[in-house]
Amino acid sequence: MTITNPEIPLNHTPGHIKHDGHNLTGFIIFLCSESIIFLAFFTGYAVLKLTSPEWLPQGVNGLELKMPLINTIVLVSSSFVAYIAERYLHKSNLWGFRIAWLLTMIMGSYFVYGQYIEWSELAFGLDSGVFGGTFYLLTGFHGLHVITGILLMGLMLVRSFLPGNYEKGEMGVTSVSLFWHFVDVIWIILFILIYIWQ
Amino acid sequence: MSTSNYDPRILKAPHPVPGAPDNWKRFFSFNTDAKVIGIQYIVSALFFLLVGGLLAMVIRGELITPPADLVDPTVYNGLNTMHGTVMLFLFLFPILNGFNNLLIPTMIGAPDMAFPKLNAAAFWLVPVFATILMASFFVPGGPASSGWWSYPPMSLQNPLGRFINGEMLWITAVALSGISSIFGAINFVTTIIRMRAPGMGFFRMPIYVWTAWAAQTIQLLALPVLTGGAIMLLFDLSFGTTFYRPEGGGDPVLYQHFFWFYSHPAVYVLVLPIFGIFSEIFPVYSRKPLFGYKVVALASFAITALSLIVWVHHMFYSGTPQWMRNLFMVTTMLIAVPTGIKVFAWIGTLWRGKLRLSTPMLFCLGGLFNFIFAGITGIMLATVPIDVHVGNTYFVVAHFHYVIFNTICFGVFAGIYHWFPKFTGRMYYEGLGKIHFVLTFIGATLNFLPLHWAGLLGMPRRVASYDPEFAIWNVIASIGAFILGVASIPFILNMISSWARGPKAPPNPWKAIGLEWLLPSPPPAENFEDDIPTVINGPYGYGLNKPLVEDEEYYIKRAQEA
Ligand code: HEM
Ligand SMILES: [Cu+2]
Repeated sequence: MTITNPEIPLNHTPGHIKHDGHNLTGFIIFLCSESIIFLAFFTGYAVLKLTSPEWLPQGVNGLELKMPLINTIVLVSSSFVAYIAERYLHKSNLWGFRIAWLLTMIMGSYFVYGQYIEWSELAFGLDSGVFGGTFYLLTGFHGLHVITGILLMGLMLVRSFLPGNYEKGEMGVTSVSLFWHFVDVIWIILFILIYIWQ
Repeated sequence: MSTSNYDPRILKAPHPVPGAPDNWKRFFSFNTDAKVIGIQYIVSALFFLLVGGLLAMVIRGELITPPADLVDPTVYNGLNTMHGTVMLFLFLFPILNGFNNLLIPTMIGAPDMAFPKLNAAAFWLVPVFATILMASFFVPGGPASSGWWSYPPMSLQNPLGRFINGEMLWITAVALSGISSIFGAINFVTTIIRMRAPGMGFFRMPIYVWTAWAAQTIQLLALPVLTGGAIMLLFDLSFGTTFYRPEGGGDPVLYQHFFWFYSHPAVYVLVLPIFGIFSEIFPVYSRKPLFGYKVVALASFAITALSLIVWVHHMFYSGTPQWMRNLFMVTTMLIAVPTGIKVFAWIGTLWRGKLRLSTPMLFCLGGLFNFIFAGITGIMLATVPIDVHVGNTYFVVAHFHYVIFNTICFGVFAGIYHWFPKFTGRMYYEGLGKIHFVLTFIGATLNFLPLHWAGLLGMPRRVASYDPEFAIWNVIASIGAFILGVASIPFILNMISSWARGPKAPPNPWKAIGLEWLLPSPPPAENFEDDIPTVINGPYGYGLNKPLVEDEEYYIKRAQEA
């Protein structure tokens, strides 16, 4: 049913508000908020480390640096690869995008694998005092973000095979790659806090 | 003339109207319309107000006599903890999100929220964590009993040694509530930033939108800290870590910092929207523009910023070093400045206005009066030498109930009455509303005013039994509490009967100025749909004879004919 009402004169231009296209704004707000959780964990870590009467558990002298350093290099470079993938997409080179994007995913997976190896070789556990607790909490929470990032990238990769999907823009890819840089920056801070500051 | 092919003179077929009592089934579905979600939030929150109120009745029943005779002290601890938790996480936060859902899109002229599905998901988390919290009454060992602060080492005691225990469920529920709040905050902030009507610059937004924005910014910046701290608490409780256990090198005071870094600002998340409601309602019922609009708007963000740097005033007696106490005493006093500015603005608005004392205005005036009182006790508490004496006594309980009940709940009721016709399409009964106000004001004053004396005499909070010398204050308080219980009857009657068969509401029963009042009552699903008005003047133009939007006559007619 429509009611036409010609009696009402119209002296204005009807305004219109876009329903969609706000994803990037929302996602950036989300990332700001998410970074605060890490900030809380980092602050807690620093406070406990500076004030705890017994920091290292017995029989533990600190952390091995080599493996995490390789991991760091892989993760940091993967951010550049993700950026290259984005550039390809921007130039509508879909295969270039897919290959670089897949490479990013592989590098991310390597990071998770390296983390797994490191965890399984450590002499202390989650319940080994504040040192063990903070170590596993921080690396574990970050690791969850890496895994989430890889899964999201997989989703974007699949979507790139849907015909015409990226013709109207690539908001999802932009968001995911933003997330990836975020995970990367968090790792750098974490690496400095946990491995360099011993 | 119209430049698009869409002819706004064609009124579309009436959409299912969100607030109308018909078709009630959609309130029980995953509906993505902000106005349906708003009502879902408000109704379920009011249900939990009754639950929390019932717990309060038992607490006050216990406290009417000095010995612990009505309930066992252990049970009392659980009831006390759950009362605070239910009121904050199941009543106040959800009800304010309900207001946000109804008011933000309609006030800025948006068709809906920026992310409608996320919005519905945020709401449907409420019944999930509500169920978890309520389930904790039935697990062995009972619900969490360490107070709403949940401070370790108390909260880390798990005498029965079970994995699923009251405290564990409590932390889980609070964490889920945090996720729901973050989803909400992302939505509200994005909507305010990106979906305002043409012509509505930031300094033409109604103050409610400013305060909601400022409050949601606090959620985004401070809530994750509590989430982080709560995750660590859960690990200590359930997975053998020792972040807060001194015997394993941990630090229990660290938790206090995490907790108050959020929970102080959280009180401003609650009160800022109430400042918004005051700023909307006073001009309408005194027929004058809001005094000092721009300053009031900016003061909201000043409060946001300051609220993030005062939290240690809750920890003056937690072994806090003297320099830190001094520092936080000063910052806490500073926050009274933007708050005071707002109070002056409201008084300036009322000054020589033509006051119309209907229910929303009465609740706002009562709330403002109580808030001034609460601000004074707040400043007293911020003074370290006073606080070390009255900290953890009933004086603190009196202070924060003066803000949370006597100001915030008053504002909530004012808002419910004021916007009731808009979103349900029905008028409420003024007589019942006035009875509700009178009973509430008397009950609240009897309940919370005497607690100041009990506290000054040294009555400790959170204890089921007390010295007989405090008896008189407690008897008065309990009588007040029962009057508050009775006050809910006219309110419930009014809401149900008006919504079901109250007189039909016109689009603008209070002759208020604002985009929401240019919509039909209740507004259709997409608000202004594809014909959003262009804002040409600031809000609150009472008595100024300046139209709010281009071609205002047209929108008024359109709303009336719908
Ligand atoms: C002028 C502004 C205010 C000042 C200076 C102020 C100051 C304080 C101080 C110093 C305390 C700590 C007392 C103690 O634990 O020993 C306190 C407690 C509290 N205040 Fe305020 N306050 C103000 C306004 C508010 C507002 C607006 C709210 C709520 C919206 C509020 C809610 C609370 C709550 C909930 C507590 C107690 C929490 C607890 O211990 O369980 N205050 N206030
Ligand atoms: Cu505070």
